[in-house]
Amino acid sequence: MDLNNYLEMFIEESKEHLQSINDELLKLESDSTNTAIVNEIFRSAHTLKGMAGSMGFDDLASLTHEMENVLDLLRNSKLTITSEIMDVIFKCVDLIERMVDSIESGGDGKENVTEVVTQLKKIQNPNHTELVSASREVAATAEFVLDEFQATVISEATKSGMNIYQIKVSLDTNCVMKSIRAYLVFQAAEELGELIQTIPTVEQIEEEKFEDSFTLLMLSERSSQEIHAALINVSEVREVIVDERTGIENPEMANSSATVESEKVESVNRQQNKEDSNVAKKKQRSKSIRVDIDKLDQLMNLFSELIIDRGRLDQIARKSQLSELTETVEHMTRISTDLQGLILNMRMVQVEQVFNRFPRMIRDLAKELNKKVQLVIEGSETELDRTVIDEIGDPLVHLLRNALDHGLETAEERAATNKVEEGTISLKAYQSGNHVFIEVSDDGKGINREKVLNKAIERAVVSEAEAKTLTDQQVYSLLFSSGFSTADKISDISGRGVGLDVVKTKIESLGGLITIDSTPGNGSVFHIQLPLTLSIIYAMLVKVEEETFAIPFNSIVEITTADENQVTTLQGQKVIQFRGQVVPLVFLNEVLQVPPTNASVDKQQQFIVIVRKGNQSRGIVIDSVVGQQEIVLKSLGGYLTNLPVISGATILGNGQVALIIDSNQFF
Amino acid sequence: MENIKVIAFSLRDEEYGLNIDYVQSIERLSPITRVPNVPSYVKGVINLRGNIIPLIDLQSKLNLGQVEYSESTRVIIVKFEEIELGFIVDKTSNVINIPSDAIEAAASSGFNTDHFEGIAKYEGQLIILVNLKEIIKTEANESDVED
Repeated sequence: MDLNNYLEMFIEESKEHLQSINDELLKLESDSTNTAIVNEIFRSAHTLKGMAGSMGFDDLASLTHEMENVLDLLRNSKLTITSEIMDVIFKCVDLIERMVDSIESGGDGKENVTEVVTQLKKIQNPNHTELVSASREVAATAEFVLDEFQATVISEATKSGMNIYQIKVSLDTNCVMKSIRAYLVFQAAEELGELIQTIPTVEQIEEEKFEDSFTLLMLSERSSQEIHAALINVSEVREVIVDERTGIENPEMANSSATVESEKVESVNRQQNKEDSNVAKKKQRSKSIRVDIDKLDQLMNLFSELIIDRGRLDQIARKSQLSELTETVEHMTRISTDLQGLILNMRMVQVEQVFNRFPRMIRDLAKELNKKVQLVIEGSETELDRTVIDEIGDPLVHLLRNALDHGLETAEERAATNKVEEGTISLKAYQSGNHVFIEVSDDGKGINREKVLNKAIERAVVSEAEAKTLTDQQVYSLLFSSGFSTADKISDISGRGVGLDVVKTKIESLGGLITIDSTPGNGSVFHIQLPLTLSIIYAMLVKVEEETFAIPFNSIVEITTADENQVTTLQGQKVIQFRGQVVPLVFLNEVLQVPPTNASVDKQQQFIVIVRKGNQSRGIVIDSVVGQQEIVLKSLGGYLTNLPVISGATILGNGQVALIIDSNQFF
Repeated sequence: MENIKVIAFSLRDEEYGLNIDYVQSIERLSPITRVPNVPSYVKGVINLRGNIIPLIDLQSKLNLGQVEYSESTRVIIVKFEEIELGFIVDKTSNVINIPSDAIEAAASSGFNTDHFEGIAKYEGQLIILVNLKEIIKTEANESDVED
């Protein structure tokens, strides 16, 4: 079986499970007695383990297995949830995430898991160390996870008459340089036989990452007394317990019996939870398939071809005046319109996909910054085009971090200003018309107008004279100018001096807008306005001479006509007066070097498209207006790049290509 | 001995060849939309089954002057790395196999070598092999200069 075919599916599903584990863990944190949540996590972890196992990612499988063990204890109320346990599980999930990422990028999914595994084991058996010194039986069960190589070495050695010992060495509690003592113990042990493994690992012992005892697994021909005598002689060693292991010769057997046992436990538990698991399944099973976005693009291309052919058929039908043909074409038109809506819809994805990773991020960050915060998410069902979704994540991460790091005060500061200690950051999405709005707001201290202004003057972004005339909004928008950071010190969290200008650039590259509102003492709001989709836009089709161009609707304010005598010049620049405003004119035929045709002799009246950017206007002079239409945005490809004034192209109903005007470039 | 498969086409009365590995398809000329502010040999863009493809008049690109397009005018759609474009040529003849030892380096014949890989002798004819990479590269540079 070629596993590669399943790899993509495995990665996708792993990510889904990880996301759901993350979500549920966050719920669990606020509702720690709810075993239903633990069950949910357990199920996801279990599935993940199974998948990883069958795909041959053993590290991933065994790590998940350890996590599952802990979860199992939790759901059977053998353990109570503490914040330490949560932290370890979160860490574990992060590690699994990294492994999956590594697999996705073609790696082998291997990570250093020892630390987390040890922590997980410690949770499962918190009295581990004490118990060992108290009882020999427990000492013998201290778990060595042997890899295949070690297992082979052991089984070969025992066949040739060697003994396998598990040795627990405890150092004096007031021993100063534990790692050196441990090193001496290793040295002594190595004279007697062969060390197979240690708990914790040798590296950890060298870094003194152990309490006051550690355990060795070694092969030796000597008797346990001899070993004991040799090791206890190392100074500052308090106690040495040597156990001869017999059950370890066949580690596979031991392991498999253990899994059988845990499997049994699981099946019992599963029976118990059968009912609620059924409920959960019903809830989750929405019938869907995954489709590559490229395939959707292809479908879209083919579909636009179909529309073009439809246009031709329509013309033929009209000419031929065959009523049967006309009816068929009309029917086809209706169906294809529906089809178009459907295809466009298929590209729409709920913003939830992006939003759902934020609660976890905020949690971690809040811990790191030692702030209390609640993240409120609204409107995660709002839909956006897939291409926009993929791009919007990073800017949002930046804004949320910004809100938490710079916006919110610490709990003490909040208490001092009579606010509730726990701050609120809210992330809200909603659709309105052809746009989706996303707001990131916090109830923190707001933006300090003076501070921003001072900084702006200091950095020569504005002059002092200008500064006096700026409105609040204009001052806040200074934050978006490049290289601007109001933080007194650049913190790790807000990303090493990379400012909001990057966010703004990104949003604008998506055809969106970003603005800031702020009330001192009450927090700030970042508004983002995004187009629903990048691939389809509303545009006005206009004609210049014989050529057709599309001007995107979102920048158009109005379309007007002007007589020759309404046009005047100001310092050589042709302008008109429009609603009391002086509007400079842009002659499209000149800018686009449109070759003149004979038909252009009579030009008494000119059509002018008024476009706006910020609070400035321009009038684009054209010959005639064809009409408004939804157009499919297409790139001009890798050859024609950086064309002035042109932002792309679209295909018209007659199969011809029309260029799209980027009216922002007229300013 | 290795053979090179090329698509043979003519510009004026000369025979040219383009390595078939880069060729996607050969199309009839469809209505072209002019693109402003580009070098004069860029004739504009066409809609090729839903994709926008820029067209280059190879004749004017190679400074051979310009002729009227006729019924036999064809567009060779090529793809080089991520760049897709079409070359307008007078007519295409066929796909030919040229043994690699029948190709002479363009430099040895002493003419403008930038755009050509070599000259192939094929059944008594001389076929100029176009260096696609150079043609596309110089395009990009030139338009940069114009910016």
